[in-house]
Amino acid sequence: MLRLQARKVILVLLVLVFGCGLAVPNLFSPETRKAIEQGAPAWIPRFLLPIHAMTLGLDLQGGSHVLLEIDRADLIRSQVTQLRDDVRRILREERVGLQGGIGMTPRGVQLRVPEQADRAKLMPKLRELAQPIGTFGAFGPSGNQSIEVNENPDGLIQLNVTEAGVNERIRRAVEQAIEVIRRRVDQIGTTEPNIQRQGLDRVLVQVPGLQDPQQLKRILGETAKLQFRMVADQNATDVDMLPSQDQGGQPIPISRQVIVEGEDLIDAQPAFDQRTSQPIVNFRFNIRGAQRFGQATTENLGRQLAIVLDNKVISAPVIQSPITGGSGQISGNFTVQSVNDLAILLRAGALPAKMTIVEERTVGPGLGQDSIQAGKMATIIATVLVILYMIGNYGLFGIIASIALLVHVCLILGLMSLLGATMTLPGIAGIVLTIGTAVDSNVLIYERMREESRMGRSLVSALEAGFTRAFATIIDSNVTMLIAAVALFTLGSGPVRGFAVVFILGILTTVITAVTLTRMLIALWYRWARPKALPF
Amino acid sequence: MRLLRIVPDNTKFGIVHWRRLAYPFSAAYSVLVLALFLTVGLNFGIDFRGGTLLEMQAKSGKPDIAQVRQTANSFGFGEVEVQEFGSAGELSMRFALQPGGEIAQQGVVTKARETFSEAYEFRRVETVGPRVSGELVQAGTLGVVLAIIGVLVYLWFRFEMQLAIGAIVGTMHDIVLTLGFFLITQLEFNLTSIAAILTIVGYSLNETVVVFDRTRELLRRYKTMPIPELLDLSVNTTLSRTAITSTTTVLALVALVFFGGTAIEGFALVMLFGVIVCTYSAMFVSTPVLLYLDVRAGRLDQNEELAEAKARV
Repeated sequence: MLRLQARKVILVLLVLVFGCGLAVPNLFSPETRKAIEQGAPAWIPRFLLPIHAMTLGLDLQGGSHVLLEIDRADLIRSQVTQLRDDVRRILREERVGLQGGIGMTPRGVQLRVPEQADRAKLMPKLRELAQPIGTFGAFGPSGNQSIEVNENPDGLIQLNVTEAGVNERIRRAVEQAIEVIRRRVDQIGTTEPNIQRQGLDRVLVQVPGLQDPQQLKRILGETAKLQFRMVADQNATDVDMLPSQDQGGQPIPISRQVIVEGEDLIDAQPAFDQRTSQPIVNFRFNIRGAQRFGQATTENLGRQLAIVLDNKVISAPVIQSPITGGSGQISGNFTVQSVNDLAILLRAGALPAKMTIVEERTVGPGLGQDSIQAGKMATIIATVLVILYMIGNYGLFGIIASIALLVHVCLILGLMSLLGATMTLPGIAGIVLTIGTAVDSNVLIYERMREESRMGRSLVSALEAGFTRAFATIIDSNVTMLIAAVALFTLGSGPVRGFAVVFILGILTTVITAVTLTRMLIALWYRWARPKALPF
Repeated sequence: MRLLRIVPDNTKFGIVHWRRLAYPFSAAYSVLVLALFLTVGLNFGIDFRGGTLLEMQAKSGKPDIAQVRQTANSFGFGEVEVQEFGSAGELSMRFALQPGGEIAQQGVVTKARETFSEAYEFRRVETVGPRVSGELVQAGTLGVVLAIIGVLVYLWFRFEMQLAIGAIVGTMHDIVLTLGFFLITQLEFNLTSIAAILTIVGYSLNETVVVFDRTRELLRRYKTMPIPELLDLSVNTTLSRTAITSTTTVLALVALVFFGGTAIEGFALVMLFGVIVCTYSAMFVSTPVLLYLDVRAGRLDQNEELAEAKARV
């Protein structure tokens, strides 16, 4: 083992230097890294360029982490409402009369059709409402239906939204929501937001370096479903009583018929009313929206048009003249801040369902900076203490262990950079901890050498035995650590996961540096010094 | 240069007979932990309990804690825990989980920001709703259980079942003692604490495995040595390594406690306690457990013995 093959030495050194070199880009600013990436000739593979750096977790660079959950109940409600409208349409088309109306249950609708002939006519149409769910596999459709239709002999027909149907709807809603949220977050001009699905019904939004997370939360929390509807008469049918914002929340009757919706908007900008100098939002419709709006305002001259946002009436102005140009303005009890928010929301579009903030974690930039400083300090002091102690115990071999230790830390940082992993505060704690534990492999080897040498073995044979005998112990003790670390990785989230990554990489690299590098350095020492005894 | 020698050569400490002291001590401590767990309980942080945590720093001068407490309590969000921590005039406020589901928690943050943002800088704001906190409890418990099962399976393959059981007993012991540390100090128990406990699980096994590795080797070498003597020898021959590794780990953790900043102090303290406990339990708890398990019964098969013989040549 103490024979050195030049080829092998060079290979190991190259790998270690390259591994440590991977950590170098972290010293550059993001701008420098970008410049290097753009300036480099195209034939160099990207992974060789010094452009991969660790990302700092939100706890270190400051920022907001907001977890949103789609409101399941809200989504089911809207699904049931849609189902009711579909059933009503079919009843109209088929000219079937009912006994009583269409009843709403928590998960569906029910109706009573006494005539057998009517039911026979109706059932195939109702069954068509159900759609197959899921992908078409090798054995055809998965067999799940979005709606379950039951016909009872006493004339009661029940249509229920299935669990699979709800989940499918949630899945699609979350996809849409991610798009809408991305547009909204982009509007507030932040750098590199991270928006991703989590689980079935959640969206994680991470925005680094935000000074005021309140605005972020305001614009994430709103559904922003905008509708233009007519104000109805008090005794008209098919109306919703909606609270009106400019009349202190008093409910007013609003026709169920929607003239134009928010999705027909192509632009919305905050502005000031020229007469009253109140903050307002100016908007423009697309062609379809402009036509419908123009027609409605022409037909309903002199009546009140309600601007409804998330089932609240923002304002209900009287139509003074037909608005055919396709643009208009929304006024209400606005502040400068709220028209800004509203304009962003209208431009980005409405969320497909109500979303609730279920978790928020915000770290101010000052605290992040302090944490980095403290982490650096702790790392340096831990390294110095451990190195002094190792040299105190093992002399020259302590220096060798210290070199292995420094390489080990560089390798962790290098691998994290290559993987683009996130460094968090617990991650820094992990580095400090591995500084303490990484030398364990060296200690195991050295102690074994000492023992073997005490038992009367020659130096070479003791050195040899130190490595071979300690190897099994090193593997066993590190694998057990690794199992705990992997459990932590799979179940942890955010910062804790950052710790697990460091810990896992630390275990892997310590085996490499302690065994390969230490062995090489000791072999070099043996060749160079021709010693007769262990130096400790 | 004279080098340090933490542990002299060829120590012959009697280890396993100390179990007569160690076991009653550990048992009494465990009973205490159970009693504290049932009466006082863990000081759950908002990760597991839900609620809102705010850390703020006075923009100038010293923070007026009494005034902040009075104002915060007047919000009507229940009793607010206000504490000073760190050095530079920082204080933390903890609001309990508000009734009314996920949305209700947001009102707390908005109100606190409105009230205090003029005089204080908000360094950290965390809100965890009831659903998320429930899931975090599940994930945390599952993590610890899975890690233990995974390690048990690995040890069972690599060692005999008896040694695996000994190692797991030691690990459980260390978890209980660490929980005791949380109970006695009332240190906040949060997600990072789960990370600390899992790390301690890893470290505890690491310590035990090093001793047991030696036990396995000695079992092969000295087929007739009485088990108590053999176990003592296992601990003594690995004692120097145990002492040195524990010291380096403690040194690193001490650096973390004193220089790592307030946010990581709790984690570092728990780990420090854990490392000391693990070192103790590997010698005085897990190793003596082997006395009660018939370790020689798990005979190594012929192939393994042959391989071992070859390796020695």
